[in-house]
Amino acid sequence: MQTFLVFISGLVFGIGLIVSGMSNPAKVIHFLDIAGSWDPSLGFVMLGAIPVAFVGLRLIEKQGQTVFQEPLHLPGKTHLDRSLIVGGFIFGAGWAIAGFCPGPALVALGAGYGKALVFVVAMIAGMLIHDHPFKRLSHHTQS
Amino acid sequence: MNITIDWANFTPWLSLFGGVLIGLAAVMLIAFKGRIAGISGVLGGLFQFSNVPKGHFSWRLAFVLGLLLSSAIYGLVWQMPSAVIDSGYPLLIVAGLLVGFGTRMGSGCTSGHAVCGIGRLSMRSMAATLSFMVSGFVTAYLLFHVW
Repeated sequence: MQTFLVFISGLVFGIGLIVSGMSNPAKVIHFLDIAGSWDPSLGFVMLGAIPVAFVGLRLIEKQGQTVFQEPLHLPGKTHLDRSLIVGGFIFGAGWAIAGFCPGPALVALGAGYGKALVFVVAMIAGMLIHDHPFKRLSHHTQS
Repeated sequence: MNITIDWANFTPWLSLFGGVLIGLAAVMLIAFKGRIAGISGVLGGLFQFSNVPKGHFSWRLAFVLGLLLSSAIYGLVWQMPSAVIDSGYPLLIVAGLLVGFGTRMGSGCTSGHAVCGIGRLSMRSMAATLSFMVSGFVTAYLLFHVW
């Protein structure tokens, strides 16, 4: 039951991406390209999502557990560091080049776009390139 | 810089409503599983195999499966809008590598930072969102107006 509800959460997330226009790379690029013919629609996605997340997450955090009485896994880091900013910058560049961020790429992959498959494979490769060599490196510096 | 609005493709209400659904899905995931709906984190976790706790994979697979099937389910009820992917394969590969690497290095993407993180008033997420938005705008400008 719980796993099914998590599946439904992913489904609602994906439908939100489709309805909002986030899953259309051309629309994303017209949003990021302010100097072209600018389509500011995607700014409204954040306007819709953040207040809902703000209220909902707050309620659950106040409960301190899930509806199945399990603990919450919340990010604990609060300090800013260089990798946060540099990583964001690298991500932003890739986002603007193809118009895909991770969620919409998975939605487009599910819709059967071959180009989305190429993007997702490259994206996973990028994740693995980061996770492997860099994790070992940080282990060394810690020990 | 002249800014001209593309009114023909402007969809503020649909985008706002889609955003509400995204926010709702993020609340659902934390309510049901206690997890932050950050797609790069959920997906990236599927490719970590060392020292993973019990139950590491099943919820991630379920959530990703929901994303993958969303267009099919959407298409059962409504007309599926077409996605226009103009980039050629070399650029798609470069972009994919950058997005994968950058989201792992920066601990999140549009969903985890810009929706959930800002929703939790996290300074880290606000800084990360500012970083990738500025980078996105600058990259688009360089790509489409300078080169």
